[in-house]
Amino acid sequence: MSAITREEVAHLARLSRLALADEELDHFAAQLDQIVGAVARVAEVATADIPPSSHALPLTNVFRPDVVAPSLTPEQALSGAPAVEDDRFRVPRILGEEA
Amino acid sequence: MSELIKKTAAELGSLIASGEVSAVEVTQAHLDRIAAVDDRVHAFLHVGAESALAQAAAVDAKRAAGAELGPLAGVPIAHKDVFTTTDMPTTAGSKILEGWRPPYDATVTRRLREAGLVILGKTNLDEFAMGSSTENSAYGPTCNPWDLTRIPGGSSGGASASVAAYEAPLSTGTDTGGSIRQPAAVTGIVGMKPTYGGSSRYGLIAFASSLDTPGPFARNVLDAALLHEAFSGHDPMDSTSIDQPVPSVVEAARQGDVAGLTVGVVKEFGGDGYQPGVLARFQEAVELLESLGAKVVEVSCPSFTYALPAYYLIAPSECSSNLARFDAMRYGLRVGDDGTRSAEEVMALTRAAGFGPEVKRRIMLGTYALSSGYYDAYYGSAQKVRTLISRDFEAAFQHVDVLISPTTPTTAFPIGERADDPMAMYLADLCTIPSNLAGNAALSVPCGLADEDGLPVGLQIMAPVLGDDRCYRVGAAVERAFEARWGGPLLSKAPAL
Repeated sequence: MSAITREEVAHLARLSRLALADEELDHFAAQLDQIVGAVARVAEVATADIPPSSHALPLTNVFRPDVVAPSLTPEQALSGAPAVEDDRFRVPRILGEEA
Repeated sequence: MSELIKKTAAELGSLIASGEVSAVEVTQAHLDRIAAVDDRVHAFLHVGAESALAQAAAVDAKRAAGAELGPLAGVPIAHKDVFTTTDMPTTAGSKILEGWRPPYDATVTRRLREAGLVILGKTNLDEFAMGSSTENSAYGPTCNPWDLTRIPGGSSGGASASVAAYEAPLSTGTDTGGSIRQPAAVTGIVGMKPTYGGSSRYGLIAFASSLDTPGPFARNVLDAALLHEAFSGHDPMDSTSIDQPVPSVVEAARQGDVAGLTVGVVKEFGGDGYQPGVLARFQEAVELLESLGAKVVEVSCPSFTYALPAYYLIAPSECSSNLARFDAMRYGLRVGDDGTRSAEEVMALTRAAGFGPEVKRRIMLGTYALSSGYYDAYYGSAQKVRTLISRDFEAAFQHVDVLISPTTPTTAFPIGERADDPMAMYLADLCTIPSNLAGNAALSVPCGLADEDGLPVGLQIMAPVLGDDRCYRVGAAVERAFEARWGGPLLSKAPAL
């Protein structure tokens, strides 16, 4: 039984903000199904008594003093922006209202 | 062809410091080499000839003014195009960042500049460092200097090829699952993955933040150690950077001694799926280590066989989150903003147009592994495997000083062979991934040529967390003994370009 269907890929693509073409959905469904089938092996040894590791080093919160340090100027921060207006990033409409 | 391009970085550094050659001459020789061969190798995405010559002239001026120069001042370097550079474009091999000029330098970039290294240009990579062949670069593959029809490894394939083709004596790379060690192995050079947190990730475009590690490439172990030392060490800008002194890697590389050390051979890495020529060269390395006075024992690390599946859950999960920043709003590509579409539609169109297939696959795989209902079975289980792998390393390092294995199961494969078969491609990182999951140090050094295809084989040397110096100590001893047997560096056997 395949774990990842075409519909599932369409859902993942929506969550991932990827506007995929129809033929891409079929292609990725087959590949993702094969990969997920192979990596599912991790469950064989992941018993309840083993603590998970999110990281290789035993680090906890790393703080710095709360002081102002040099940072990018507005001009530098905006230098790569696709569109700029009044020292701000200009973006397409965000709310769902009709244009 | 100038003889300068065959010299080691250490030799070039002392020639420049003593004034026997100028940094400008050395830089020009490498720029000439790039002009002569890079249309065939395609190691570089960007060559900054003018800025390189200006940096070299600044080193020469500093010397003329009587300033003391560091060991690598004036030495040219090729820089992986995943580190931000204010004076050169930074693309990560992706169309989504085509032409982007970052507003700040990565810490690694800044430290290269402070050491007086001359940045020749930016090298090709698999898009966002996801891959093992550079075929996932949006700008076309890099070719292996040993055989231009084969892959140079990846993701740091431009970095490995540039050094193997004598376009640069040194290069930078990043290693998330093997992206320094595997390219080094298949091009016959040295590549080191430092201890995670030993080198700064600030300004390194993130793929999988708990795994990404900057490291050096060179044609010999001492040069790799000199570069390692030049850009490593604590960085307050990276909160996962280790606030401890850098292990004395240069001293270890100069010593190169294995007498009295115990070397563990990882039992799980061999047998089916390994090329016979790779196993034969590895067996020779084992015998060589014994002849040099090391005690060699077999060590079982049973969880290592689960490292590959765990990695292909953890790395895509982290990537799906990290790459959310490419949203078409603040920098990079924006597609379809015609005044009628919403931000979300523009975002989805931009990401579909700007990312290649492997990046899309991994983003969706990670999104799947992290989604509710699947999280425990996939991402949660992978994190437990990560614990088991660290435990296997800890148990092994109780009674051995280093672990060894082949760096990769096969030599360089033909370009195109695995391009649309993700699982086959992923196997290239089978032996390198455990050290990324556990964060320990690991080095690849040349180990000879496979009989069946005459292509380079790598020996991987793994040491505990912050035991980077052990990798260099053993690597230098192996290098010296092998070169005595081969009559010179392995790379001298490569066909002329």
